[in-house]
Amino acid sequence: MLYWQLFYTFFKIGLFGFGGGAAMLPLIQFELVEHHAWLTSTEFTNMVAVSQMTPGPIGINSATYAGYLASGNVFGSLVATVGVVLPSFIIMLVIAKMMSKMKNNKYVDSAMQGLRPVVVGLIAAAALLLMNEENFGPQCADYVSWIIFAVAFIATKWLKVHPILMIVIAAIVGLIIY
Amino acid sequence: MLPLIEREVVTTRKWVGTEDFLDMIVMAQTAPGILAVNISILVGNKLRGKKGAFVSALGSTLPSFVVILIFAFFLAKYQELPALQKMFRAVRPAVVALIAVPVFNLSKAAKLTWKTIWIPILSAFLIWYFGVSPIWIIFVAGVAGILVRLYRDYKSSKDVKK
Repeated sequence: MLYWQLFYTFFKIGLFGFGGGAAMLPLIQFELVEHHAWLTSTEFTNMVAVSQMTPGPIGINSATYAGYLASGNVFGSLVATVGVVLPSFIIMLVIAKMMSKMKNNKYVDSAMQGLRPVVVGLIAAAALLLMNEENFGPQCADYVSWIIFAVAFIATKWLKVHPILMIVIAAIVGLIIY
Repeated sequence: MLPLIEREVVTTRKWVGTEDFLDMIVMAQTAPGILAVNISILVGNKLRGKKGAFVSALGSTLPSFVVILIFAFFLAKYQELPALQKMFRAVRPAVVALIAVPVFNLSKAAKLTWKTIWIPILSAFLIWYFGVSPIWIIFVAGVAGILVRLYRDYKSSKDVKK
């Protein structure tokens, strides 16, 4: 049953999505593209672009978007979005009850310390998985795509160009050169 | 999104004090899930209990839901348009770059050293090459963090006895 699977998958993503939006992406990508094949790699990358350009958290955006693409209707979006938010709801209410105890709990703290370096690897894996034929041409040899990648990387990392502006520029470049 | 939430909740509406709000940020960041949603649930819960948490969660989710739904609807309908295809063809490599940038920025925040750099490299390789689920990696890392702590506590307690 697709709707149940959508809910369950996004519940998992919400439950294990530690460390913010960027850290959630690899989970979303793994579940939706690699595991369930609800989205192609192209659709996933397009979705990230749309998520970046619209306001709101990327976790919600991608649940809504992927739910729609996977099912073709609004109900799929709804189920996926509820799924990704529900773990937060349960966990935050529990934490709020034990507020003072959780705040400086050394085991919670140690688990988070174990997670921090891993999250870096998770995001790196997401980037590596997206360096594929769908985004970089046959055999990943489309040099124009690589130039766009390199320019976008330098511009956002060192020149601090805003991601939204970067996507807009890339879109205009695409209209002109292709 | 954090500064926006702070302005509304702390400065304008005075629902929570600055210090409480900072505590909430820490808890919301530690917990899994979407940061903005987590914080809104905490604020709602503080003001009106479970009902408050529910409406806050709904409120912080709904705008994205509606906006993205409209986008998804039109993109699914018009994805064959040549102009859109051209734009996305150039946008996709740029998006991959946008995903790659936080890898380097977060390495600094995670205080990686030559002794710990193998951890992200190994996890990336396991996912990318062997298709291991990121969920497993997260789980193992969390447990490992706790085990390391227990081991250190055990060792220091033995040193004290000596």
